[in-house]
Parts: sequence; structure tokens; C-alpha cells
Amino acid sequence: MAFDKMELRDIEVWDGNFAAAQALRQCQIDVVAAYPITPSTPIVEGYAKFLSDNYVEGEFVMVESEHAAMSGCIGASAAGGRVATATSSQGFALMVETLYQASGMRLPIILNVVNRALAAPLNVNGDHSDMYLGRDSGWIQLDAYSPQGAYDLNFIAFKVAEDHDVRLPAMVHQDGFMTSHTAQGVHTLSDDVAYNFVGDFKPMNDMLDFEHPVTHGVQTEEDWHFEHKARQHNDMMTKVLPKIQAAFDDFEKLTGRKYNIVERYDMDDADVAVVCMGTSVETAREVATEMRAKGIKAGVVGIRVVRPFPFFEIAEALKGVKAIAALDRSAPGGAPGMLFNELAGCLFNSEERPMLSGYVYGLGGRDLTKKHLVDLYTELQANVDAGKVTTQLQQFIGVRGPKLAFL
Amino acid sequence: MSEMKKIKNLKEFSTSADRFEGANLLCPGCAHSIIVREVLNATNDDLILSASTGCLEVCTAVYPYTSWDASWIHIGFENGSTAVAGAEAMYKALKTKKRLKQPDRNPKFVSFAGDGASYDIGFQWISGCMERGHNMMHVVLDNEVYANTGGQRSSSTPIGSSATTSPAGRVSYGEKKNKKDMVAIMASHGIPYSAQVAPNKWKDMVKKIQHGMEVDGPVFINAVSPCTTEWKFDPKDTMLLTDLSTDSLVFPLYEIIDGHELNITYRPKEKDIVPVEEYLAAQGRFKHLFKDQYKYLIKEWQERVDANWAYLNRREEARV
Ligand SMILES: Cc1ncc(C[n+]2csc(CCOP(=O)(O)OP(=O)(O)O)c2C)c(N)n1
Ligand code: SF4
Ligand SMILES: [Mg+2]
Repeated sequence: MAFDKMELRDIEVWDGNFAAAQALRQCQIDVVAAYPITPSTPIVEGYAKFLSDNYVEGEFVMVESEHAAMSGCIGASAAGGRVATATSSQGFALMVETLYQASGMRLPIILNVVNRALAAPLNVNGDHSDMYLGRDSGWIQLDAYSPQGAYDLNFIAFKVAEDHDVRLPAMVHQDGFMTSHTAQGVHTLSDDVAYNFVGDFKPMNDMLDFEHPVTHGVQTEEDWHFEHKARQHNDMMTKVLPKIQAAFDDFEKLTGRKYNIVERYDMDDADVAVVCMGTSVETAREVATEMRAKGIKAGVVGIRVVRPFPFFEIAEALKGVKAIAALDRSAPGGAPGMLFNELAGCLFNSEERPMLSGYVYGLGGRDLTKKHLVDLYTELQANVDAGKVTTQLQQFIGVRGPKLAFL
Repeated sequence: MSEMKKIKNLKEFSTSADRFEGANLLCPGCAHSIIVREVLNATNDDLILSASTGCLEVCTAVYPYTSWDASWIHIGFENGSTAVAGAEAMYKALKTKKRLKQPDRNPKFVSFAGDGASYDIGFQWISGCMERGHNMMHVVLDNEVYANTGGQRSSSTPIGSSATTSPAGRVSYGEKKNKKDMVAIMASHGIPYSAQVAPNKWKDMVKKIQHGMEVDGPVFINAVSPCTTEWKFDPKDTMLLTDLSTDSLVFPLYEIIDGHELNITYRPKEKDIVPVEEYLAAQGRFKHLFKDQYKYLIKEWQERVDANWAYLNRREEARV
């Protein structure tokens, strides 16, 4: 091969951005069309540097906007090859039209989303507003909690998205700055092992197969549109989670690192549980352990797969829990919050119907402290003791001024 | 080397293998289909095509049918150019990586888009494609209006035209602003080739398309596309309207090489030049200009066209 391989140490000190850029390099992307935005920029820059140092082979197209980045990715993917890009926040928002187009056209593009707040007011720090904006777009959404996750989940994403039974695009999320700019030890795979795990790209309906011309992106009205969308949803609902599970299993065999669709921590006998995503999972785990020392049976459920939403797996993980907190890191805009709503949906028909309360936290990069979580678990335990939710259903935590609570 | 067709006469041209089928939903007399066929028929090479949202797209790929016998993609209204640019990037990548299924082919990458998709909403995407130097051709089907959505103005709509968002009325003569000079703007990206074409002058058009396909780098083509529905003329008169547009010099035919060297490619004899008034009179969208109160606009139209023609001639002469 014309490009050079890179020798990696078993453990490298990488931040989430560089870990993602390394994963893209090892997957040997054919076309990256990208546009920079904080905090995801270093993924694109890292990839550009690999290219100029001859560590990757392929086309790197620096376009004039994120909308064009995803448009270029769509054209490239339809042409028939491996395609990836990265973005955050405003860039993600600018891409939204094309996100729906990519999934509707069944193109397995991988988008690294380094989560960041949405303006206004303008803010460069991490929250999940962009992740939530993409939740109905028909993309698979995987959530990393650390640089290691940002690295590993890219391999999973390619393997699942490009599977011919799936053919859906996938996002790999990581928290802006907390993950993207925080260097940690990352266990690496060698270039060959990583590439072999993902495998060669297998084209389907590729425009560049001149013997079999294809038409991509047709018009459908009331006669056919619904069937297309229904079929896409069917594949998302029935095929994706088993494929993710299989990829997780293979990955564990290869690396010893175990990922789960729903990550449980101390859930076996938990009375109270926090359900959250991103870097908050680790904080919650630490606090849960401390609460146990105080006699509160606390657990944590981390969502690893945001879409398709693991409805049954979450209900299963929360079985026997008496009081649950849903932590939403996005301004809910007049509703209880995405995670609260989804959990309510999972639990409403359960026999035990546990108590559920929602917390909005961490907007614009505001820290979620251990103290916040101690208070939160204490409230959940108070709910258990009282046999009812003792607070309002939606509370804002860590925000200045008088306490904000609704519903 | 790429394979361009040798076309001697119109019969040979019209009977050459079609990769754009007559089975489509465009209005009878729509010039879009004529232009597309003339572009595709210029080459025997494989084609990777796109259309931006607009009449051409909605009328030629309605599931489960397609009028395209070549690979074709539509994403949205603004990004058809970038769709083709992405495909062109993938072609280069797979060529480098020796993964092309048919490595001996010479595909041509062409995006078609309306004036709305090019002059307005897709302007930035096209500019990006031209600036980055993709080996592709962007062809504007310029009917000077958002036809697909019922006739709203675009920045290609000329002064005095009545469009649904700039309608002529008791106190208005319709569109107030002059058409944007897209060919000049695109040429100023320093691209190897840009040109204005018209489907009636098919030899000129084929020559330009073939040249555009042979040069290395981005090419911009603006094609006048009379729209029977929005320009308001009888569908049988499409070619007549196209003749009026080129012979009145409202749509002069020229090319710009490497962003600066301008050549006029069709120069009607002095006696054959049609007054602009005739061009305007043939279309319902300008009907109101013939009221006494607006006749001064027809005079201004003629002056503008004369000035533009003089300008093009000066540029050609100056060789700069
Ligand atoms: C983002 C977006 N905005 C608006 C539209 C609505 N729209 C679809 S086609 C069109 C006009 C097309 O005009 P033009 O590009 O000139 O093509 P024509 O139909 O005239 O050939 C408009 C406004 C759209 N599809 N997408
Ligand atoms: S409205 Fe005009 S551009 Fe559209 S199909 Fe009809 S004639 Fe062609
Ligand atoms: Mg138009």
C-alpha cells in the first residue's frame, strides 16, 4: 500500500478528538468532507495532518460549510466508499437538512459529534443540545463517555452502519472539552487489527459502478413516502440493536473491552438510580458508590445507544428500582426532557411503575458536581421513603438564582 | 482519453443513444429536457449526474420510475453541485486506491440545477465547488424564475418580469432588480471554462460542452431555458423563444477561458438582430410593459442589452 502505517504504543495518551481522528485513520476512510468548528476541529485537523504525513490515502475535501460537508459526504457515499466527518453544535444544526437526507438515502456515513451547546447565547462548551437535535434524524447514535470510548465506538459504528442489512448512518458522540480535550490513557489497536475488525468497505448501489447506473434521492409523495420511512424505521427498530450487540461481542473478544447497549453500574439491587449520558456517567458512578457507603442503594444506568432507543434493555436494567432520575443535558424547550420522556415511555406499562423525576443540568458546559448528585440521590431516597415523588417532576440543578422547578 | 461524439447534423444528434428518457413529467415544450439531452449526448463517456430540487428533478425521478440511464443523485435544493463534487472525490480516492470496478472508464461529473438553485440558494455550494477545483461541470437551466414552486422571482429574474413574488399590479411593473451576472461571477473564480449556451444553437452548445468536459477542472455553464408555463408562451414556440433570446442578444452566447479570455461564439448579422421589444412581446410575463406608463422600460431594456453587447465586444477585443 502506498501509505505508511503508524506504530502505536499499547496505551497512548490521547484526548477524545485525537482518539477519534486515530480511529478514522485506522478505518482508512476514502473521503472525508469536513468543516471546522469548536470543539470538534482537532478531529479534522488531526486527519489533515495524517494525510499530509502520508498516514492515510484518500480524498480530504475542506468545504465551505457543514451543510456542504454532509452534502459532499452524501455524494461520496452514494458513489460507493467509506465516508466520515466530524462536527459540533452550530455546524451540526446547519447540517440538519442533510442528516435526514443521508439516512433516507440509506448511506452509511459516520459523523463524530463532539457535543456542544446551541446558541443563543453563543457557547462553545459541552452539553447535549446538538445530540438531541439529531434524535429524530434516522441516524444511529452511539455515546462515548471517555476518549477510550470515542476511539472504540468509531470501529463499532463503521461495522454496524456499513452492514448491508443496516445501511444507516451513525453518529459517535463525545462530550465537548470534558472528553474531546481531556487527555487520558487510551488502549490502542494496531493498524491492521483495527482495520480488519471493521473490514473492507462493500459497496451497494454505488454510482461508480458504470455497468449498473443507479438513481439516488427520488421523489415520493403520499403514494410511497410513508412506505420508505416505515421500512427505514423497521430496520432501525429490528436490525440495529442486534448488530450493535454482535459488534460489541466481537470487540470484547478482540480487545477485552466490554461495551453494552445499556451500561449498568451497581444496578442489581438498586433502590434508586440515575440515568444519564456522556461524562456524567462516570461522576454518577463515583457518587453512587459513596451513597452505598451511606446505606443508600444507589445505581447508575448509562445510555450507550441513544438511537435506536433501547426501550426494553432500559426497562430491564431498571427492574426493581423504586425511584429513578432522568438527567437531561439540553434545554427541553417547554417539555419534560428527552430522556425523561423516553424513560416514562419505557416504564409506564411496567408492573412496578417506579417513580420518575427529571433533572436538567450542565447547560453550556456548567459542571455537574458530586454535591449535585449526592443531593439528587438523597431526593430519590426521600421519594422511596415517602412512597411518592416529593419534588416537582422537573428540576434545574446547578443554575444561579432561586430554585427552578416545574410540573 | 475521453470519448466525445462526432456529430455532423441534427438528425444524427437527435437519434444518438439517449441516457435521458423522453418519458418524464416536464411540461410539453419545456426547454430543460432539450438542454439536458444536448449535454448528455455530447459524450459517450460514463456520466455521474445530479439535479438540485426543481422542475428537472421532480419530473424525472418519481419513484418507482427514473428517466436517467446514468447514475444520478438528488439531495436537496442547494447542494446538487456538492453531491457531484463528493462523488468526484470518491472517484479520485478509489482510483488512487485501485478499487474502481471499471478502472478504464473516463466518467464525466455533471450537476444540473435551476437558476434558483444556482443564483440563489445554492450559490455558496457552487462557489465552493468551483474554488476547490473539482473536475466537474455545473449546468444552470436558466428559466429566470422558481418554476417548480409556481413562479416566484429569483436573482436571475429580469427587470419588469411579473413573478408571483414580484407581480405586476396597479402600481408595480413587477421585478425591480436586474438579473445577476452569474457567468462573470463564476468566471472570476479563475475556473478554466465558463460559458453561456442556448439549446437552439446546438452546435455551439455541443462544442462548449465537449470542451468543458475535456478541460481539467471546474466548468460553469449557463443555459437559457424558456419556460412555457412561467414565461407564458405557447409550448410549440420554445425554439422560437430561444431564437428570440439569442438573436435579440438578451442571451448573448460567449465563453470565458481561464476566468478572463472572453470569446463571443454567436454573432448575429447586424440585419438579423431582433429588437428586444420583440423578445419581450412574445411572453406573457412582460405583457404589462406594453402599457403606455411602462414603455420607457422597454427602451431601457434595449439600452441595457446594447450596453452589455458592447461590453462583451470590448472584452473580446481586449483579450484580457
Ligand atoms: C431548502 C429548500 N428551500 C425551498 C425549497 C422549495 N423549492 C423547491 S424547488 C424551488 C424552486 C426551483 O427553482 P429553480 O432552481 O429555478 O428550478 P426550476 O424549477 O425553475 O427549474 C423551491 C423554491 C426546497 N425544496 N428546499
Ligand atoms: S414549469 Fe417551466 S421549467 Fe417547469 S417543467 Fe414546465 S416548462 Fe419546464
Ligand atoms: Mg428556474
